[in-house]
Amino acid sequence: MIPSKFDYVRVNSIDEAIQQLKQFNGEGMLIAGGHSLVPLLKFRLSEPGALIDISRISELKGVRKEGDRIVIGALTTHFQIANDPIVKEYIPVLSETVRQIGDLQVRNRGTIGGNIAHADPAADLPAAAFVLDAEIAIHGEDGPETMNIDSFIVGPLITMLPENSVLTSISFAIPPAHTNAEYLKFSHPASGYPVIGVAVVAGVGENDVIDYIRIAITGVGNVAYRATSVEEKLLGQTLSQTLLKEAAQLAAEEGDMASDLFTSEDYRRNLCKVYTERALKSVFYSN
Amino acid sequence: MAIENVNVKVKINGKERCAKVEPRTLLTHYIRDDLGLTGTHIGCDTSQCGACSVMVDGEVVKSCTVLAVQADGSEITTVEGLGDVNNLHPIQQGFWEKHGLQCGYCTPGVMMAMVGLLKQNPDPSDEEIREGLEGVICRCTGYQFIVEAVKHAAQIMRESEVQLVGEER
Ligand SMILES: Cc1cc2nc3c(=O)[nH]c(=O)nc-3n(C[C@H](O)[C@H](O)[C@H](O)COP(=O)(O)OP(=O)(O)OC[C@H]3O[C@@H](n4cnc5c(N)ncnc54)[C@H](O)[C@@H]3O)c2cc1C
Ligand code: FES
Ligand code: FES
Repeated sequence: MIPSKFDYVRVNSIDEAIQQLKQFNGEGMLIAGGHSLVPLLKFRLSEPGALIDISRISELKGVRKEGDRIVIGALTTHFQIANDPIVKEYIPVLSETVRQIGDLQVRNRGTIGGNIAHADPAADLPAAAFVLDAEIAIHGEDGPETMNIDSFIVGPLITMLPENSVLTSISFAIPPAHTNAEYLKFSHPASGYPVIGVAVVAGVGENDVIDYIRIAITGVGNVAYRATSVEEKLLGQTLSQTLLKEAAQLAAEEGDMASDLFTSEDYRRNLCKVYTERALKSVFYSN
Repeated sequence: MAIENVNVKVKINGKERCAKVEPRTLLTHYIRDDLGLTGTHIGCDTSQCGACSVMVDGEVVKSCTVLAVQADGSEITTVEGLGDVNNLHPIQQGFWEKHGLQCGYCTPGVMMAMVGLLKQNPDPSDEEIREGLEGVICRCTGYQFIVEAVKHAAQIMRESEVQLVGEER
């Protein structure tokens, strides 16, 4: 399969990227790892006039700790994140999530910025981004701005990324010290993408009362979502197996379940409950 | 505005090579058609099978999912760069001795993927090898022998401290 013709420019800075995007006047597209874009180009589902290659902008790479947040440059690859000592120490659930993306070759190439900017409804990362309260840093024509993940991804392959701008980094909140976290995924056996992915960060305080809980689900519908009704059911309650089971029943409530050639809507709804319960049990009872 | 062809220069299997290609040229086509190295195979062309796997700057990637221009200036190793009949690379030795191939179609990609795995993890468990094989498909389904071959190769490399390819930069 051969993509349609396009122009190609390689840029070395964020400003240069913005300038080129302006120059191509809506016809230009950024390319990072290319592992979502190149397959689309090959199917001619995407036919940009030009590709603007940002993959060598060094200021967009790497992981650092800033106060109570971990900041990850947009071009940091899945493999680098999976093995980064700062990520492993402070937000291990992110390392666990990216370790489950695609395969060895995909993880070597794909970037966190590309994954979030692409907003594939079946991507793994949005679930972790929701439970770690991700802030998306963007640099546009008017300078830098940030958006929370819950307002950034608005639909399948649709984000609020303004025209002529670059996603520069994503920062994740370090969860409170007493919490545990988990990402559980049921992969499609051929593609490796999640049919469902559930991320949970949670903790209990005195007298076994649940005092911290964030749950997010990806893969089942058009967009990843926070399972707020599960969170509300659990917060402030005394931990028990029965409570977790009851709460997990609510997991499918916020999401629009997709029905496609992989699975029916009912099956997805059921997966939501089963995987949410498993993830909750693992977080609360594994150690 | 006419779209101009671009010069793509790489160091492939130790040799400097250059070709002028359309920006839309895939790395796999550049390697096979422009540089004439047909050891790298195309199995699916949809990023699934890994038959097209090569090392780019020391990392294994699927060359059907990378544009040639993206690899400009990089150092590439293909299956031809591993070794030859008289001087087999440990991974080739492993495949030879443990019968790691049947029809051989997937083999170049599997070997490159496994060189990539061994670079990240020189002493993988069976499970880690199987996880590492996620990005390759063997239509002859000889996975058990592939796992044996990789374990054998890992042992040879640990014992002889053979330099992995794509190390020198
Ligand atoms: C075989 C295969 C299996 C996969 N399996 C999974 C999986 O299991 N789970 C999963 O989550 N993902 C999976 N992926 C997708 C993979 O994670 C991609 O790498 C990722 O989604 C996109 O990152 P990229 O750097 O490759 O982006 P690209 O493909 O380069 O870009 C994707 C889109 O984002 C835009 N973009 C990229 N970077 C920026 C930026 N900094 N600022 C603004 N816009 C930007 C581009 O313009 C483009 O529209 C798989 C991919 C393949 C090929
Ligand atoms: S040909 Fe590249 S993954 Fe199959
Ligand atoms: S040996 Fe035939 S496809 Fe793997």
